[in-house]
Amino acid sequence: MNLPLPWPFEREYMQLALVAGVIVGASAPLIGTFLAQRRMALLGDGLGHVAFAGVAAGLLLGVAPVWTAMAAAAGAALTLDVLRTRARASGELALAVIFYTGIAAGVVITSRAGEFDASVLSYLFGSVLTVAPGDVVVVAALGLGVVAIVGALSRTLFAIVLDEEAARVAGLPVAAANRLLAVLTAVTVVAAMRVVGLLLVAALMALPVGAAQVLAKSFRASLAVAAGIGVGSVIIGLGIARAADLAPGGTIVLVAAATFALASMFSGRRRRPARP
Amino acid sequence: MLDGVDLAVAPGEFVALVGANGSGKSTLLRALLGLLRPDSGTVSLFGGPPSALRDRSRLGYVPQHPAAAGAFAATVEEVVATGLLARGWKRRSPGNSSAKARRAEIDHALESTAVADLRHRRISELSGGQQQRAWIAKALVHRPELLLLDEPVAGVDSGSQELFRDALVHLQSEHGAAVLLVSHELGAVADDLDRVCILRSGRMVFDGKPDELAATGVHLGVHRTDLPLWLERDRPPR
Repeated sequence: MNLPLPWPFEREYMQLALVAGVIVGASAPLIGTFLAQRRMALLGDGLGHVAFAGVAAGLLLGVAPVWTAMAAAAGAALTLDVLRTRARASGELALAVIFYTGIAAGVVITSRAGEFDASVLSYLFGSVLTVAPGDVVVVAALGLGVVAIVGALSRTLFAIVLDEEAARVAGLPVAAANRLLAVLTAVTVVAAMRVVGLLLVAALMALPVGAAQVLAKSFRASLAVAAGIGVGSVIIGLGIARAADLAPGGTIVLVAAATFALASMFSGRRRRPARP
Repeated sequence: MLDGVDLAVAPGEFVALVGANGSGKSTLLRALLGLLRPDSGTVSLFGGPPSALRDRSRLGYVPQHPAAAGAFAATVEEVVATGLLARGWKRRSPGNSSAKARRAEIDHALESTAVADLRHRRISELSGGQQQRAWIAKALVHRPELLLLDEPVAGVDSGSQELFRDALVHLQSEHGAAVLLVSHELGAVADDLDRVCILRSGRMVFDGKPDELAATGVHLGVHRTDLPLWLERDRPPR
């Protein structure tokens, strides 16, 4: 793949990074919008910790880490949902138990495999500039799957996160939707781990959403604005990273953070009453 | 904990379930909705157990503290439209689920609760009374046969209470819907009630017409000089 794109995307490795990044930049904020309303914006961060254990297991077993990370993250997400709905543990405590168990398991498995090297670091901090065409296909399948499902079920998911109890009374499939949202979060984490890394994955689920919440006037618009900010952050971040020879994952997240700061300032100025 | 509570609401009836905090009124409401399963006794909703009710659009429900607080970006119209997702609505309204028909139902609900001019505003930016009317519009957009409201006028100003009352009276007169209102105060709807039920410590201590309450109120721990009524502990200082 080598498309006639202008600098900084004229090279094939940048084009692969662009495709993977844009898909993640669009899908992560879509899921993040529903998590934010649940006050679970950091769920992606926690699942990233658990996915690290999956990556380590994949490296130890010689299996593609993307699938072992997916299994670990999805299993943790579903376990958390069960703990949350059955109130076996407070939400924060359940998160802490599962997430720190996950990252501790990742450290132990990695040390056992003797592979705490660049391959692990590329999952922790991202390595979007080294993604292969096969990686992009996996990211595209996962990311576009998330976008399609959220697009098809956005009204139902919106009604459920708006008021879960009222949704239950209305006969909506609340339990199934919650599990689906948990699994979609895990899928998004895994799709994003090569782009921004497991340690920064939640940033793309939270920062564009935060900016969209202050800029958009409706839920539908907030989904579009959040996805747009996510995609814009990826494109600008990749460009800056290449121009200044910076780590692309961190640069993408810093661009998203700057967008959030600008949006908050703009919103505050717009709402400030005029002086007499 | 509820003990020996017997409550029936007839079609088209407007009933208030009144009690102090902890009296069991919200527990009773949640049992009616099928959100709690009683240890003993029977709850019947449209002739069967609440969990067996397939057509959930026959119910409208306004929770005590709807969740759209904070900076959530959702317009009044978007919130009201979610009411049309109630299971059974499309089947109950054949040929009425087109985009145009949906729009007409949403418009009707917004107008009958006096929030039509707020439809494009973010619900989190509205006053408490305006938000409450928007949630009621969501609960009645699918034209329920039974509307259940949990503390709908708590913390709402008198002007909004009047608009709230108008919306309920409109719902009853136009659709013949039954209304069960759970509250510790009755506010503006007091004169429109068919029945008042009073819960105290999980027991039903009064079930009758509002006019009958005056004679028995003192013995029941409830004072009524004129409605709206207050429980003893909530009575305003003289």
